[in-house]
Amino acid sequence: MNGLLILLPIALGLGLLGLLAFFWALKRGQFEDLDGAANRILYDEDEGPHG
Amino acid sequence: MNALSTELPQSATETTVLVVPGMHCGGCMAKVERALAAVPGVASARVNLTAKQVRAEHDAKVEAADLISALDAVGFASQPRADELVRSASAAKPLLAPLAVAAFACMNVMLLSVSVWSGAEGSTRNLFHWISALIGIPAIAYSGTPFFKSAWAVLKRARTNMDVPISIGIVLATGLSTYETLSGGHDAYFDGVLMLILFLLAGRTLDAMMRDRARAGVDALLSQAAPGASVVSADGSLQWVAAADLRPGMVMRVAAGERLAADGEILVGASAFDQSLLTGESAPAAISVGGAVHAGTLNLDAPVDVRVTAAGPDTSLAEIARLMDAAEQPRSVYVRIADRASRLYAPAVHTLAALSFIGWMIAGAGAYQAVVIAIAVLIITCPCALGLAVPVAQVVASGALMKQGIMVKDGSAIERLASVDRVLLDKTGSLTMGRPEPDSSAIEALDVDAASVALGLASHSRHPHSRAIEAALLARGYCAAVVEGVAETAGIGVSGTWSGRRVSLGRSDASEVISTTLRIEGRSDLLIPMIDSLRPDALAALARLNALGLEVTLLSGDNAGAVGEVAREVGLFAQAAAGPAEKCAAITMLQAQGRNVLMVGDGLNDGPALAAADASIAPGSASDVGRQAADLVFLGDSLLALPRAVLAARRTMRVVKQNFALAIGYNLLAVPLAIAGYVNPMIAAAAMSGSSLVVVANSLRLARAAR
Repeated sequence: MNGLLILLPIALGLGLLGLLAFFWALKRGQFEDLDGAANRILYDEDEGPHG
Repeated sequence: MNALSTELPQSATETTVLVVPGMHCGGCMAKVERALAAVPGVASARVNLTAKQVRAEHDAKVEAADLISALDAVGFASQPRADELVRSASAAKPLLAPLAVAAFACMNVMLLSVSVWSGAEGSTRNLFHWISALIGIPAIAYSGTPFFKSAWAVLKRARTNMDVPISIGIVLATGLSTYETLSGGHDAYFDGVLMLILFLLAGRTLDAMMRDRARAGVDALLSQAAPGASVVSADGSLQWVAAADLRPGMVMRVAAGERLAADGEILVGASAFDQSLLTGESAPAAISVGGAVHAGTLNLDAPVDVRVTAAGPDTSLAEIARLMDAAEQPRSVYVRIADRASRLYAPAVHTLAALSFIGWMIAGAGAYQAVVIAIAVLIITCPCALGLAVPVAQVVASGALMKQGIMVKDGSAIERLASVDRVLLDKTGSLTMGRPEPDSSAIEALDVDAASVALGLASHSRHPHSRAIEAALLARGYCAAVVEGVAETAGIGVSGTWSGRRVSLGRSDASEVISTTLRIEGRSDLLIPMIDSLRPDALAALARLNALGLEVTLLSGDNAGAVGEVAREVGLFAQAAAGPAEKCAAITMLQAQGRNVLMVGDGLNDGPALAAADASIAPGSASDVGRQAADLVFLGDSLLALPRAVLAARRTMRVVKQNFALAIGYNLLAVPLAIAGYVNPMIAAAAMSGSSLVVVANSLRLARAAR
């Protein structure tokens, strides 16, 4: 029972953290362009003209 | 980026959004971003590949035209987006947050429930139920809102849909579980309710994402620049006026290759006008001073001044728009298969639950036990897999179609397309390419000198015929000859000097078919017929449509001679000289005979017919009106997209029906258990996730549906 009192809040807290991270990403527009994001990983940033 | 902005501290940054319909892959994306970032003054460029747009931050001295020419240099056509503010709202986005909450709550409550199922007793079980309730009730209230809202909206109109039994089930099961928690009882169904919401929301989100994606594709295709005209003002200067602001009496100067924005009559000049989008007539009409010209027609030859006689709602374009509104009415009556299923399903579920309550009361069980069993019946029959049966199949199928260059506007289009048994095909632009191409045998017959002279001349002109000849010659690997002193005479052609000889490429009056004459001094004239050729694979596509049991006929606005020729070539019956209203009438007549009609068309004149037909397809080269009215839009030239789309739609509906059978079959197994009172939360959860997984797995088979 004592173990539960520690583990339950940890489990819930971690889950809640994930949820908040998702909301943060949603608000920052990270789900606006899923196709683009999938392709962007293939190209190095420093290939660009700023590099 | 920071370095750049400190280098240019004074310049105000501006944002320009360009639509780039040609971007398809990561490579295109990187090219576009690099090309724009290389323009001096551009701070950053970021592509949105889904919407096929690029947003550039730049200082005030950079014009949109600079960015467009930078993209043109790397081979991407682009247009500034007409209105930054008009952004079509996404259908999927509002569902993402409820989906995330449901997923979070479901996982955590399931964690606790597994402990209860594996034998947690007494105070531990009570604690777990309490925590489940604390997580579950707010999460259910929040993530169930999309269902509650939709159910309430139809209940107010005394109707029912899938969301009504879902909402009732959610509310009753939550109420029962709360009671169990408060009274320290055995079974709480928070996990089952949350799982139900999670799966159903997943189905909804997929459905919405599919619509968003298709719409983004179609939006990117539509030419975003507002139509308008250069108006000649009193002092002779030119001013760009948007189509909506044109007034009768204004004088528009219409350059060759420009489309008219309003009806009018010609004041100065004479030219040939391509009216194919408006009437389907393939031969250009020569119109001179005093002649009437219509909005939507394309000026081919020479610049003309046109006095506006009608603008906005009075034009021939607006008449077509009115016909389209009228034609769209019957289609809104179409009931999607999921709603048809729920009309049968909802009363059956509620009756079953009520009967088990009454049955157990009669059998002498207490009111509490009867309620628990009735609610178990509701939960187990709740259409979890049914909610996924249609959207998952349609999303997978439309993804497969999109890979083949066919964009589906919404799920109901697939359902309607699957039931089609009759095809009406427009000629100009649908069965044919809709643009004049030089006859390939005439091009083959040219010797190297003639071909390179023709290419040298054609490259100096923007006339559609010159462009077509240029493209055909370049494709065959010819190089342009050096032609000096090139001059273009509007309506006649281009001429110049090549190795001391007079050469010209221009209109020909000699032959009956539209053709271009190549004259080289000291040689006999060469005639290049310009023909509107059939789309590639047209015959193969028609054969496949026949094999699918679809009867195809031509329905064209062109004159009987031109239609008859094409009809003989492809072996189809045809109706010629059909205006927008006649096309609509032909469709209504077939529908009255009980046929389901698929309309394939591209022009403005096809718009009402595309809207009236049971399903419709337009090529990507179609007019804006055609693309907006059609359910499906195919990219590329090949007509094989038609049989492919029909076949994929039929396969999808077969899988949807299998999904229904699987989902209902699962329920049939579980319902007797529930009525007998043997169902506990664990069995409910297993039945729900099991049937959903089976349905999803079955739908994934459609990934190859469009091959």
